[in-house]
Amino acid sequence: MIEKNGVPSKELIESCFPDQIVLEKPKAIIECYKEIPCNPCSTSCPFDAIFIPEDINVRPLIDYDKCTGCGICVYNCPGLAITVRMLKGDKVEMKIPYEFLPYPEKGEKMNVMNRSGDIITQGEVTKVHITERHNKTALVHLEVEREFLYDAMTVEVKHGR
Amino acid sequence: MRQAEFVIVGAGPAGLRAAKALLEVGAKVLIIDRSDLLGGQLTKQTHMFFGSEKQHASKRGIDILGLMIDAIKGHENLEVLTNTTVVGLYKDLVLSCVEQDHYFKIQAQTIIIAAGASEKALPFENNDLPGVYAAGAVQTLMNVYGVKPGDKVLMVGSGNIGLIVSYQLMQAGVQVVKLVEASSQIGGYLVHASKIKRLGVDITMNTSVKRAIGNDHVEAVEIWQLDEAWQGIPGTEEVLEVDTICMAVGLAPLTELLQQIGAKVKYIRELGGNVAKLNERYETTVPNVYACGDVAGIEEASSAMMAGEIAGMEAAIKSGYRYDNQEARLKTLREDLVNLRKGPHGAKVRAGLDKLGVEV
Repeated sequence: MIEKNGVPSKELIESCFPDQIVLEKPKAIIECYKEIPCNPCSTSCPFDAIFIPEDINVRPLIDYDKCTGCGICVYNCPGLAITVRMLKGDKVEMKIPYEFLPYPEKGEKMNVMNRSGDIITQGEVTKVHITERHNKTALVHLEVEREFLYDAMTVEVKHGR
Repeated sequence: MRQAEFVIVGAGPAGLRAAKALLEVGAKVLIIDRSDLLGGQLTKQTHMFFGSEKQHASKRGIDILGLMIDAIKGHENLEVLTNTTVVGLYKDLVLSCVEQDHYFKIQAQTIIIAAGASEKALPFENNDLPGVYAAGAVQTLMNVYGVKPGDKVLMVGSGNIGLIVSYQLMQAGVQVVKLVEASSQIGGYLVHASKIKRLGVDITMNTSVKRAIGNDHVEAVEIWQLDEAWQGIPGTEEVLEVDTICMAVGLAPLTELLQQIGAKVKYIRELGGNVAKLNERYETTVPNVYACGDVAGIEEASSAMMAGEIAGMEAAIKSGYRYDNQEARLKTLREDLVNLRKGPHGAKVRAGLDKLGVEV
């Protein structure tokens, strides 16, 4: 239960996803389950796709007609609560935020975890985007099997130091 | 005796923002901080901030500090005393200060107390063993001095500090074995909890520390479940192998200086302890002594920045300085602050301010 262990229920998770047909293009999935005073997802979006009213405690509302899945909100969200997902054949292409060193590398196979921290599959890193603009939060492009569309959330931390 | 027009005690987010507001209109400002670094808690906040873009949300705390320092650095009317502790405050607005072995006094015309807060501790057997830390201390060790506090940590407390420091421990390559919380619900933002849970940190409610185990340092910890009255339940004990116990069990406002000069303070549980009674201009019950930031109630850095700006402006205005469109600017700041406290996470602060009788 999310209030007790940080893991959202299946219903909560699914309430953040649009229909699968929408996910044939990349879209941001915003998992911001409780009102907090915060709005960078909305102010960082260059397409005006995320709406938060004047009361910045209101949860973000996303317009999937406008969202291009660019991933800018992903690395601007202080809660690391946003991922981008797109269905492509039997795969899901994801963009996830990653704030550990060393950053993953393109082509790397990584353990993929669900929201409880269990390793559920392996995924392939297809790109790692990190520039000054990303301000140390890398945007990791990750490919996983389609069946993990709803469950895949992050990758296991590499402790290579 | 040394003379000063405005003295700000504490160079955290509230104090620095108050300084900027005063310098803007040509006031002379003396900032005093006991640390060798300006910034208070911001010096170690490597995470992205919440809040609105106006208050630099999404930037990292340490980078916000950089912007705040750039905004005042080298100003001809600014003087900064670091490594200096204000140890006494007197009714005639004299501050007594200690820098290393050097003791001196300052006569101020106006004082802004932005001294912040201290970390609370938890009583349990062996809590004086090396390896038992407050979470903020661990954050300072790691993020300011680059020192790893240990290898395996038990985090106690699920407020934002407990959750964020857990994440930062993991970023430093430290294993967070478990996070325990005495209450039945996570105290901080759920996004922070989800962030560490998905990386494998076990988060357990209704649980606390029974005792630390070890001879000359922490070698393990015994935790146990708590009943509804927060009493340990015998038979539920569990021993975890850790070398560090990190307490993130709340902050207490540092109002001692205000109490020395007889400013009215009141114990408000929701605000962390004894807090200064202020009027709507952030002035304490002692004329020309202002307070802002955690001294006036434990909140986030973003609210401390806004309160600091209001306090600085109000102090300047009382001394005869004027800002362009000052009424509109103050009104916007006050509205933004109300906005920040609006949500469910602001309920505690709202209740506390209500008890204190503060109009904000």
